[in-house]
Amino acid sequence: MTEKPKVGVYVCHCGINISSTVDVDAVSEYAQKLPNVEVARTYSYMCSDPGQVLIKNDIRELGLNRVVVASCSPRMHEPTFRKAIKEAGVNPFFLEMANIREQCSWVHEEIEEGTAKAKKLVGAAVAKARLLEALESKEVDAEPAALVIGAGIAGIQASLDIADAGFKVYLVEKTPSVGGRMAQLDKTFPTLDCSACILTPKMVDCASHPNIELLSYSEVEEITGFIGNFDVKVRKKARYVDFDKCTGCGDCAAACRVKDRFPSEFDQGMGKRSAIYLPFPQAVPAKYTIDAENCLFLSKGKCGKNPKCQEVCGAEAINFEQQDEMVEFKVGAVIVATGFDTFDASRKPEYGYADYPNVITGMEMERLVSASGPTGGKVKIFNGKEEIEPKEIAFIKCVGSRDKSVGNEYCSRVCCMYVAKQAHLLRDKMPDANIRVYYMDVRAFGKGFEEFYDRVRRENVRYIRGNPSEIFKRGDKLVVKVEDTLTATPLEDEVDLVVLGVGLEPRADMREVMDLLRLSQSPDRFFLEAHPKLRPVDTATEGVFLAGCCQGPKDIPDTVAQAKGAASSAMIPLARGKVTIGAQVASVNEATCRGCSFCVSICPYTAIEMVTVNRFGHEVEVARVNEALCKGCGSCSAACLSDSIQPKSFRDRQILPQIAALGVLK
Amino acid sequence: MSTEIQTFTEKYDLLGCIQCGRCTGGCPVTVRANLNVRQFVYDAYNEEKLDELARLAEIWDCTACHTCAVRCPKGLKPLEVLIGLRSMIVESGKVEPTVRDALQSVLLEGNPWEKSRAARSDWMEGLDVKIAEPGVEVENLFFVCCTIAYDPRVQAIAKNMVRLLNKAGIDYAFLPEEESCCGSEVFTLGEEGLFEMLVEDNTEYLNEYSAKRIVTLSPHCFTTYKTHYPDLKTPILHYTQLLVELLHEGKLTWKGDLQKRIVYHDPCYLGKQGDVYDEPRELLKSIPGVEVVEFDRSRERSLCCEGGGGKMWVESESKKERLADTRIKDAKDLQADIVAVACPFCVMTLEDSMKGLGFEEEMRVAEIMELLGEHIEA
Repeated sequence: MTEKPKVGVYVCHCGINISSTVDVDAVSEYAQKLPNVEVARTYSYMCSDPGQVLIKNDIRELGLNRVVVASCSPRMHEPTFRKAIKEAGVNPFFLEMANIREQCSWVHEEIEEGTAKAKKLVGAAVAKARLLEALESKEVDAEPAALVIGAGIAGIQASLDIADAGFKVYLVEKTPSVGGRMAQLDKTFPTLDCSACILTPKMVDCASHPNIELLSYSEVEEITGFIGNFDVKVRKKARYVDFDKCTGCGDCAAACRVKDRFPSEFDQGMGKRSAIYLPFPQAVPAKYTIDAENCLFLSKGKCGKNPKCQEVCGAEAINFEQQDEMVEFKVGAVIVATGFDTFDASRKPEYGYADYPNVITGMEMERLVSASGPTGGKVKIFNGKEEIEPKEIAFIKCVGSRDKSVGNEYCSRVCCMYVAKQAHLLRDKMPDANIRVYYMDVRAFGKGFEEFYDRVRRENVRYIRGNPSEIFKRGDKLVVKVEDTLTATPLEDEVDLVVLGVGLEPRADMREVMDLLRLSQSPDRFFLEAHPKLRPVDTATEGVFLAGCCQGPKDIPDTVAQAKGAASSAMIPLARGKVTIGAQVASVNEATCRGCSFCVSICPYTAIEMVTVNRFGHEVEVARVNEALCKGCGSCSAACLSDSIQPKSFRDRQILPQIAALGVLK
Repeated sequence: MSTEIQTFTEKYDLLGCIQCGRCTGGCPVTVRANLNVRQFVYDAYNEEKLDELARLAEIWDCTACHTCAVRCPKGLKPLEVLIGLRSMIVESGKVEPTVRDALQSVLLEGNPWEKSRAARSDWMEGLDVKIAEPGVEVENLFFVCCTIAYDPRVQAIAKNMVRLLNKAGIDYAFLPEEESCCGSEVFTLGEEGLFEMLVEDNTEYLNEYSAKRIVTLSPHCFTTYKTHYPDLKTPILHYTQLLVELLHEGKLTWKGDLQKRIVYHDPCYLGKQGDVYDEPRELLKSIPGVEVVEFDRSRERSLCCEGGGGKMWVESESKKERLADTRIKDAKDLQADIVAVACPFCVMTLEDSMKGLGFEEEMRVAEIMELLGEHIEA
């Protein structure tokens, strides 16, 4: 049944990447003499088209049935060579790669060492290749629907694209309204579009699109399954307002006994809201929500004789009995668009953010200059004594970014431009104000950014090179302690208002989403993409994609571009209607399995379950692998007491000879 | 990596600097001295210029408050560049006689105050002090500090501590007169060889004692042990941390009350460098009657008193207002009766200013231990 192995070995130069520290010809000559090796060759770039043709021709002409490619890490080109040998009629899993680049040529300096090691790696690969088994990939149906988590501009755009393509989208948003951070912004750089004007139509589209089911004030509780077949559970939190009856008239908020008592999240705490509230006038859905923590009736059990909101609501929409509701559905792909937190400026106590009301953050400035903000767009600030219109205004950049002392080494990418934009908006409103921007570098890298920065400087916004170190008080003024580094002059600059250009941070609650979807973090703590260049919207979990600032700081154009990319990637399984399941999965020898279930508890992908089978007339429990969930990681195999569960292609009988060939096992 | 083969640039990671200016921006002495520490970091990259830089008088203006290091976004310690330059001068022997004498005194007598080692425990006279012995287990081992041991102005810190510990009935012992300088000021004056020797000798000496923890009375010893003694096996506490523990356990009770308005000055070595901010305040608030007020520039934004960095032996040439004067004037504006501190150096600098400004009648500078000592029940 098993034909005699006929192995072809292909040693790649990879230009000089390999050949400068590995004598590829010597490796090829060495391979030629190994048992079962029919042919061994070298080529400058094995992955190139002629390189692949070389292999295919040998298969046809020499009747090869096993192929070893000695080149780079299998991560990049294993699929390339599998495809090539399949096209030549060989089972794609009859391929073994020897990594003589990352694990050999790149880490050795002497050609003797590199060559000796490459020979061993190739020898080991040949030893294993002879013992490989033919495997078949399977296909299963994919659910033509997507889950999008987070309804900021990233989640909104991704949802609209997928829905427009004809697929069902479940858009889940934690807060009562869609819109996210972009809804809070006044104008957007560098074009100065009104943020609300360009965003609100998309927000409305989200709610009215026939293919989008918007689940606002909701949280994803559980996701199980795999690409094409995710089972999702969502908790719709009780609003205590009947969604269908509420007309959004606002009579309730006006009548609330604790009217305008609580800091408005949307206004960064600068404005106040009632216990029953709409986050902002253009909120979508335009449905009121009761904040249970602050509602007198819900927190204390009593609100006068009768809750006022209930009394005034003509639609009889108030329902204090409302309970959280669980919704379950199935999707084929998931997009994570959970956004960011702004840096908490009190973590840099030297700037006195927690001490002085006239030290504010960039996000607070957005609300302060916004016509829909708490001051109606008038720039007025309390200086600890009285409300003033500031004349001397200082911006400080890189607050919480590029700063090891707070653990954020990265650049937040948006602060340089939002500071420039805010300086421009202030200049517009206050022609006589003295505005300066303290900076250490100006990073105006995007389309139209440098041009905008030029414009702002010419509007008499002083850019002073120096990152301030401290803020303290002198009389009614704030003193910014800083060095003008271009003139080497230490300054104590007295101002009325300081705006901290705070950076972006991963969300404090990102762990919840990480655990739901088994995502990883990059060193900057944002979500890790599958490849920084070639798979920027994918994650290590198949079928799960990233969009927007949850993957790293981004401006709006980049966020929208990434959202469109994630939508497009997510639609691949939806459009195909099928997904391919990996063939290199674990398999159980049911005759020897003891049913201890160690493998079940150790499997990181919950891919193993216990089933009852009839073994020689007895009912016994044995492990069974869900091949769609299994990633072939081998954890189960390491834990198994009776060697009954092993990943295909990585069975003991395949890898022990491979290790022996390296000379470490006798 | 051995220190011998490191270049100046490597030793101080000068290539990591992005010249943002936060060091000089935060430096408290820029308002009165010509020091620009960022400029030094920039210029020191040119190793040929090092000798010239080391001869500049302003390298001695640094008070080693460490604000530059705390604020640096790249984790550099700009002040250590100045210390590195000082060490070139120290090595050449061309230092002020006062500095030379202080360093020699540390070498010969284990203290920078030119006092005899034999007299180190004289402050204990008339007190019932438990003395530590090597190998004998003790919960709290006290390290006194050269300044507190010899300077009559601040000896009360140690004396009151003994009375308080005896009253609280906790397990403690003080080191005998073999206790030697921690090297805080030796390090900042740039005597690298002597400092290395002190670290070795003190580590060996202190490791002979079987203590659960070592309690320091001065924040300079506290921070120096914590940051420069990697092989010390015993955890280090500042006394305010221990006393707050005792307070919580109900072991500290005060007699009488103190109807005073007190402002607390954060010592750089305890606050910015040691991250101890709350304990001193909690202790002050525990004295009945006390009203604690805050400087605008407090905690992480506290202003240096200029007592550290070897400034006890190097006089500043600046005629501009001392930072200690600024501090005392701010206290006056707050109508504080007492400026409380938790550092012997801060006591000296602030009290000098208080007297110099003529506020002796209405204001007092006191170490927290002095205030607590006045309220220990007999």
